[in-house]
Amino acid sequence: MDSVLALHRFHFAFTITFHYIFAQLSMGLALLIFVLKTLALRTGRDHYNHAARFWIKIFAVSFAIGVVTGIPMEFQFGTNWAPFSKAAGGVIGQTLAMEGVFSFFLESTFLGLLLFGENRLGPRAHWATSLLMFFGTWLSGFFIVATDAWMQHPVGYTLQANGQAALQSLWSLLLNPWLGWMYAHNMLGTVLTGSITMASVGAFYLLMRKFEDYGRTFVRVGVIAGAIAAILMLFPTGDQQGANIARHQPATLAAMEGLFETQQGAPLAILGQPDTEKRRLDNPAVVPRMLSFLTYKRWSAEVKGLDAFPKESVPDNVPLLFYSYHIMVGLGTIFIAVLLVSAWLLRAGRLYTTRSWLWVLMLSLPFPFIANTAGWITAELGRQPWLIYGVMRTSEGPSFNVSAGNTLFTLIGFMGMYTLLAILFLFITHREIDHGPEVVRTPNGVPGAESRLL
Amino acid sequence: METLWFCLVAIMIAGYVALDGFDIGTGILHFWVGRTESQRRRVLKSIGPVWDGNEVWLIAGGGVLYFAFPALYASSFSGFYLPLMIVLWLLIGRGVAIEFRNHLDSEVWRPFFDFVFTAASALLAIFYGAALGNVVRGVPLGDSGYFFLPLWTNFGVGADAGILDWFTILVGLLAFLTLTQHGALWLALKTEDILQERAQRAARLAWFGVLAMTIVVTAATMRIQPQVWANLTAHPWGFVFPALALAGLAGAILFRDPSTELKAFLSSCLYIVGMLTSAAFGVFPYVLPANTDPKFGLTVWNSAAGHYGLAVGLAWWIPGMALVVAYTVFAYRHFAGKVRLEEEGY
Repeated sequence: MDSVLALHRFHFAFTITFHYIFAQLSMGLALLIFVLKTLALRTGRDHYNHAARFWIKIFAVSFAIGVVTGIPMEFQFGTNWAPFSKAAGGVIGQTLAMEGVFSFFLESTFLGLLLFGENRLGPRAHWATSLLMFFGTWLSGFFIVATDAWMQHPVGYTLQANGQAALQSLWSLLLNPWLGWMYAHNMLGTVLTGSITMASVGAFYLLMRKFEDYGRTFVRVGVIAGAIAAILMLFPTGDQQGANIARHQPATLAAMEGLFETQQGAPLAILGQPDTEKRRLDNPAVVPRMLSFLTYKRWSAEVKGLDAFPKESVPDNVPLLFYSYHIMVGLGTIFIAVLLVSAWLLRAGRLYTTRSWLWVLMLSLPFPFIANTAGWITAELGRQPWLIYGVMRTSEGPSFNVSAGNTLFTLIGFMGMYTLLAILFLFITHREIDHGPEVVRTPNGVPGAESRLL
Repeated sequence: METLWFCLVAIMIAGYVALDGFDIGTGILHFWVGRTESQRRRVLKSIGPVWDGNEVWLIAGGGVLYFAFPALYASSFSGFYLPLMIVLWLLIGRGVAIEFRNHLDSEVWRPFFDFVFTAASALLAIFYGAALGNVVRGVPLGDSGYFFLPLWTNFGVGADAGILDWFTILVGLLAFLTLTQHGALWLALKTEDILQERAQRAARLAWFGVLAMTIVVTAATMRIQPQVWANLTAHPWGFVFPALALAGLAGAILFRDPSTELKAFLSSCLYIVGMLTSAAFGVFPYVLPANTDPKFGLTVWNSAAGHYGLAVGLAWWIPGMALVVAYTVFAYRHFAGKVRLEEEGY
């Protein structure tokens, strides 16, 4: 692969992957904070307000990193993908600009109030602030998924003589048939991240035998929300997203599933290693006929393999696509199992005391992040070799006026900077978790004053 | 329609500079006005609730620029690759410094973050000015509509000029002084006693610099970009923009008494808006002039998006920005008045 192209791709992939770690946590927690504030309002128990305040603090740190790593994403469309921006800006510029105008202003205004306005606003207005924050972050997610959905399945535009896409219908762009299921699936993924994070911190408190009251609340809320999200991710959202891919991107489906040959009654590969040299799946573990059934609801249906498509229109990295997709699905299945067992233990009243299972919950923390990342890699690698599916190839998109050396330089710069950000994030959240939910710090002898700025 | 969007983008950029400008200026003066820990906390508290919202103007303005003028966005962002990446890193460092400073309550971390905050603020001001200077001077656009500029070459303004040449450095210095004054007037508005005195002294000192640099940069601009004078003489109503800037500059010194601190700050806003709109008016219809051959320059017409997109954009931009103005007014009123440390929050 051309090195300018490869570097621009990795530049964007690295920065967006890092950004999305924090974006998914913020969006997931925004919903759960709203849930905690609702519980506080309905039960009148201050316990839930303390719990909400604790997560608002974690949310704020995650949100701050999300903001500072989000600005480079918008810039990179222009800096690293200039020909693409020129071609597509008339369409996807709309959704990106709408995100700024409709979501970011809302979020930045209400974050301050959410963090520090509790006393001044009173319980109802503070609850409403948490609702607005939830709405703002999820609206932001909508505009970004709408942007990606257009690249996956371009609608509502015309191609002008100068090669630029011109928007023809804003409604088609916002009601893209690709968008609904992808958005639902993606947002459930963020809920899963938030829920498992919350349950994991709760399990940590119970295992440490400190802040156990809060530990129980975190585990309970996390397990219930997580179990609902995990099931809905599989069905209907994941299933329907798969149906969209089968209908509109059949070559992608073949690559995701590692299906090299077209066949009737195609098997579903659970494990395996795509061997692109020999064009087969090495060491496969398959369920016969399952892929045909899942895709077309008929056991003997024909599923097109990679051999059915010209080489220049199949994804360029089949192994990574195959692994990402299988990691996502595999982890999703494990989440359902773990969370259903947890929910059953919760119902039986044994979850808080079953220490071995609390260990499982605590250690599950990194996996939803991995699953969400793998899901996005599946979506974006699956779109290859297209930048805009069927319209513009990825090889036509990067800024050729920015040389490979410059791109590598800034990529390394981002890697260094983001490593520092990650360390800071872990350090600060670790301290917050260590201090626990009830602490009111009075730094520098300023009585009752919250020390943080945001 | 293209011209209308040109005006709207100019307004959003001017809004960004007027708003984020004061918290950048506050950053520049952070050490000068805040000598002790409690003073520095007051300095930071004066921008704490609003700086993030101010920065959203950059993101939203960038987004609007992207959808209204995609060819301009593509050409300028890739051409200014390195300086933009540096701006991004400065924005990241600055944001992290403000947000995390008080999370890490220690004698080593706090001064470190204070330094990052100040250094990033100062460099951002200079880079923003230099960026504006580049747009006014023009860039080596060719047939392809793309270019790539090195950070500097021989500091001349000719066809092989870099990002930094004598002209763009002058504009950078003007921006630095302007935002210093802007931040000083904001701090004077938001603080009391010794902090307010220091801020007002800084504002007065900066004012003389701004005055001198305004004259120098204006003269240099007339020499380098003939389009500016040609536009002004062809459409004399355009003199209203420089007049706004002059009125703002006059106001910033006339309202120097503490009792008119709000008027002084608003005058500084007016100066910034006047200068930026003057520049926008001066280069119109170019959005990115070429210093090679004028015919390669990007104009509002050859870089704009399709008509439907621009029209439908207006349909959401107007209600969207009405909401933004409402939030902004709400936030500034909610946090109005002098900052004190004992209050809840910032």
